[in-house]
Amino acid sequence: MSDVHNSVDTGASHGSLKSYVVGLVISIALTLVAFGVVMMGDFSHLLRVIVVTVTAIIQVLVQLILFMHLNTKDEDGWNFMSFVFTVAVLVLLVGGSLWIMHHLHANMMMG
Amino acid sequence: MATDTLKQHDAHAHDGHEHHDTGAIKVFGFWVYLMSDLVIFGTLFATFAVLLSGTAGGPGASDIVELPLIFISTIFLLVSSFTFGLAILAQTAGDKGAVLKWLAVTFLLGLGFICLEAYEFHHLIAEGFGPDRSAFLSGFFTLVGTHGLHVSLGLVWIAIMFFQISKQGLTDVTKPRMLCLSLFWHFLDIVWICVFSFVYLFGAMS
Repeated sequence: MSDVHNSVDTGASHGSLKSYVVGLVISIALTLVAFGVVMMGDFSHLLRVIVVTVTAIIQVLVQLILFMHLNTKDEDGWNFMSFVFTVAVLVLLVGGSLWIMHHLHANMMMG
Repeated sequence: MATDTLKQHDAHAHDGHEHHDTGAIKVFGFWVYLMSDLVIFGTLFATFAVLLSGTAGGPGASDIVELPLIFISTIFLLVSSFTFGLAILAQTAGDKGAVLKWLAVTFLLGLGFICLEAYEFHHLIAEGFGPDRSAFLSGFFTLVGTHGLHVSLGLVWIAIMFFQISKQGLTDVTKPRMLCLSLFWHFLDIVWICVFSFVYLFGAMS
């Protein structure tokens, strides 16, 4: 509980100027990489898909950890637990939808 | 388990900390709301992906994507996430003037993002590529539009916080609200990262 007090009182768990600057620099660098790999025409389709996906995942983690200060300690870990649960729901929801619709071969997916 | 956690909080609560406990619980409750909002966006992403090839003879993803425009709006939103972080740092330092300054900068960047999105939507609809043109465009406008609506409501919230803090200052009432708003604003950035990557960049590749 004292952690939570700190987060409101002193902002101990709300990062520093350094963490925000590092987050911004990483975000912009990864955005440049993602747009660059798509807008410059010299890369294979597979490589582009991988680069855009990986940069997106890292960017989301940067926002979560460096900007939203998600960790496993605040609120006795309930922030983190609810996040993990939501990710599990998302994987089932999005992954499951795509899997099922793709296998229906109902002309609703690409290819 | 959740009640155990709350009981623990009560056991550790001291008289002087009651407001802070309420604040911390508010922020956690808001976090749970954000998680449910994330599921809404997940649903819209899944719908968009399923309807991707349902173009009904109309334009496909690669025909409607204007990457330079999307790149600029992405930079707007990323930088606004950073400036909101600076507002939170200023709040931690108790510097009301700096909080208001960074809130104003964040507002302007968010406004720039929304203006670019409005321009894009207007342009598409004027060309006859509105949400009623095809299943793909319905999915596209619903997903991107829902995010835009969230950002617009975030702008309203920022404006309200600006006037509230300028009148009431940084109090136990306004501070947790700022923390909730900061989570909301960073959350919108997370959704936008997925939108520009999986809608626009993947769209441009197709």
